Amino acid sequence: MAVEAKHGSNTDRVIEEVIEQYGASREELIPILNEINRKIGFLPNEALEKVSRQLKLPQSNVLSVATFYQMLSTKPRGKHIIQFCESAPCHVVGGRQVWEQLQEELQIKAGETTKDGKWSLVTVSCLGVCGVGPVIVIDEDMYGSVTPDQIPEILSKYD
Amino acid sequence: MPFFRSHVLVSVDPECVKRGAYKLMDALQDELVHQGLNDEIQILETSRLGDPAQFGPDIMVYPEGVHYANLSVDDVPFLVQEQFLKGRVVQKFVAQEKVISDEELGLPKRKEIRSVLRNCGKIDPTNIEDYIAEDGYMALGKVITEMSPDDVINTILKSGLRGRGGAGFPTGKKWSFARDSIGETKYVICNADEGDPGAFMNRRVLEGDPHSVIEGMIIAAYAIGSNQGYIYCRAEYPLAVKTLNIGIQQAREFGFLGNNILGSNFSFDLEVRMGAGAFVCGEETALMASIEGKRGEPRPRPPFPAVKGLFQKPSNINNVETYADVPRIILEGPEWYAGMGTEKAKGTKTFALAGDVKNTGLIEVPLGITLREIVYDVGGGIKDDKAFKAIQTGGPMGGMLPATLLDMAVDYDTLTAAGSIMGSGGMIVMDEDTCMVDMARFFMDFTQDESCGKCVPCRVGTRRILEILNRICDGEGREGDIELLQQLCFEIKRDSLCGLGQGAPNPVETALRYFREEFEAHIREKRCPAKVCRKLITYEIVDGTCTGCTVCARNCPVNAISGERRKTHVIDPDICIRCGICKQVCNFNAIIIK
Repeated sequence: MAVEAKHGSNTDRVIEEVIEQYGASREELIPILNEINRKIGFLPNEALEKVSRQLKLPQSNVLSVATFYQMLSTKPRGKHIIQFCESAPCHVVGGRQVWEQLQEELQIKAGETTKDGKWSLVTVSCLGVCGVGPVIVIDEDMYGSVTPDQIPEILSKYD
Repeated sequence: MPFFRSHVLVSVDPECVKRGAYKLMDALQDELVHQGLNDEIQILETSRLGDPAQFGPDIMVYPEGVHYANLSVDDVPFLVQEQFLKGRVVQKFVAQEKVISDEELGLPKRKEIRSVLRNCGKIDPTNIEDYIAEDGYMALGKVITEMSPDDVINTILKSGLRGRGGAGFPTGKKWSFARDSIGETKYVICNADEGDPGAFMNRRVLEGDPHSVIEGMIIAAYAIGSNQGYIYCRAEYPLAVKTLNIGIQQAREFGFLGNNILGSNFSFDLEVRMGAGAFVCGEETALMASIEGKRGEPRPRPPFPAVKGLFQKPSNINNVETYADVPRIILEGPEWYAGMGTEKAKGTKTFALAGDVKNTGLIEVPLGITLREIVYDVGGGIKDDKAFKAIQTGGPMGGMLPATLLDMAVDYDTLTAAGSIMGSGGMIVMDEDTCMVDMARFFMDFTQDESCGKCVPCRVGTRRILEILNRICDGEGREGDIELLQQLCFEIKRDSLCGLGQGAPNPVETALRYFREEFEAHIREKRCPAKVCRKLITYEIVDGTCTGCTVCARNCPVNAISGERRKTHVIDPDICIRCGICKQVCNFNAIIIK
């Protein structure tokens, strides 16, 4: 989830490249949106417009897909994205305390981004590494068996 | 295939890679070449061997089975010299691990039978030759050269294999429906959208043995007459997607996929499709909508996918484990498979054991085993020797079963009769400190969040149940709430469109059925017997045990604790937010929950 392109100057180029890569057909809508989301960090309006024009789909259709899937975001997100696994196996081994500590530390709630644009906090469904719960993922780094007091130290690794 | 006297498995778990696993692998390779050992010792990539954060980068050396941890490039010459030239284990590099080397998938425990998981952790998933060496693609060869599509379907029917995705529909029957459907184009789809919290069996099979799934799908395609297949894998499993793509590419190179497979006139190809994070996409009609590039919303059935599926064409959709079962059934014969399990539920099933059990991780057991055997023999019993309270089977749409049902056999029908489901195979064990009202609320929070919103009973009904459970946990439960919950559960089950809504009430229903007294304690006495629900508990400091060390007062985030040094401290319940930090930091166990 490392953001490759800054939203703005080269947004257009990124979108064009992605559509070219997958081909402008309806079946490729989700892979296309996924890739744009990964490259720009979220799906800006102009991206949705452009995709809808190129794939010859109503814009409402594109927006409805973009807002349906959890991993696609239509709002700008922070530099680093913290995913917290909110699933039962993590919950029963102390996930709630970790979740509260995260919100306390960053002073934001689920789905929000810190004012300085550094962090976004999202919940994610089971990541399938239940043997080492509670689990959080920051960008692409996974942390297992997390305890609340480890949170400040983990966060301090990122700038 | 060349013979190697020793194999080195290098963990390329993301964490290990970050810590230089590939550099280590290159250094090992260079050193083996330097010592002239590269024809005798093979280096392979594998997924995690132990906790990467603790051990990475780490390697496993076979046949000795020695786990070397925290290796750096500088350690390589010495290690190669000692281990491979002199044949001595280098103790200073051996991982200091008390338990098993792979915490997800250890050595088979008592009462386990490894069939689907037979190759996981044993072969290099990114090398098709490893799979072939374990009789891989032999079943496909047999099917194409010796069997007609009807023979294949009859074999699967005879084996008694039932869908491993949860509903347990006989696989052979499903295939024959798709075969009988009229249409030029037919699709074979693999449901690898393993979204049930706590279930990661499919992930391990995809990451550890992708070819067994690919081979199973090719055989299914041959049986129903399909030329194109899709594997729909959830985006939360990036490694599985990568391994599958490598596997598909290699299968094409070997002529197992593509045109004229193994020289026959049967052609079939496969593509991996990724989700974008939506639990409901595990439902088959929602999954197909998602492959088509639409919102993953289910649609009513009939028409069933076998008649009108992906892109309106007849489609066969099975789960990862079901396909992985197929090659062995073809090779060993349906009688072998039907010899395991019970009369109505044949074969083995993988489960992911999680929660308060000593051995968490993946297991594979014959169906018909009891819950007690799973929890105590395979799982090793409850952590910290606490008492067993409940086991949740079948994921968030399954039920929570009490200790009185521990001797129940695990099969599709028995679980359904008890109010739960087999599901895809997640099992969460809960100890005596678990509040069942809180757990019911937790599962409901999940399903109402994941409801796609298309049908009213599920969208609105799950929200109403959650509101009632929230108020019960907050000590504001009312007389009549239990009956209201039962009514809602009944109606949501009856009227919802898909499996998600129909199954969503199961945790609440079973909690009410087996743990009703806990609901009553919350509602009538405003008491949480397991001391979990925050609004219903207070923290107190025991006079006499407290030494007045002030550690609790210093750690309290809201300054609710007061007291002089060396004197018993006091918690002000009006300020206290029940975070539990004081109890965690107290060195004298002087803080209790009431």
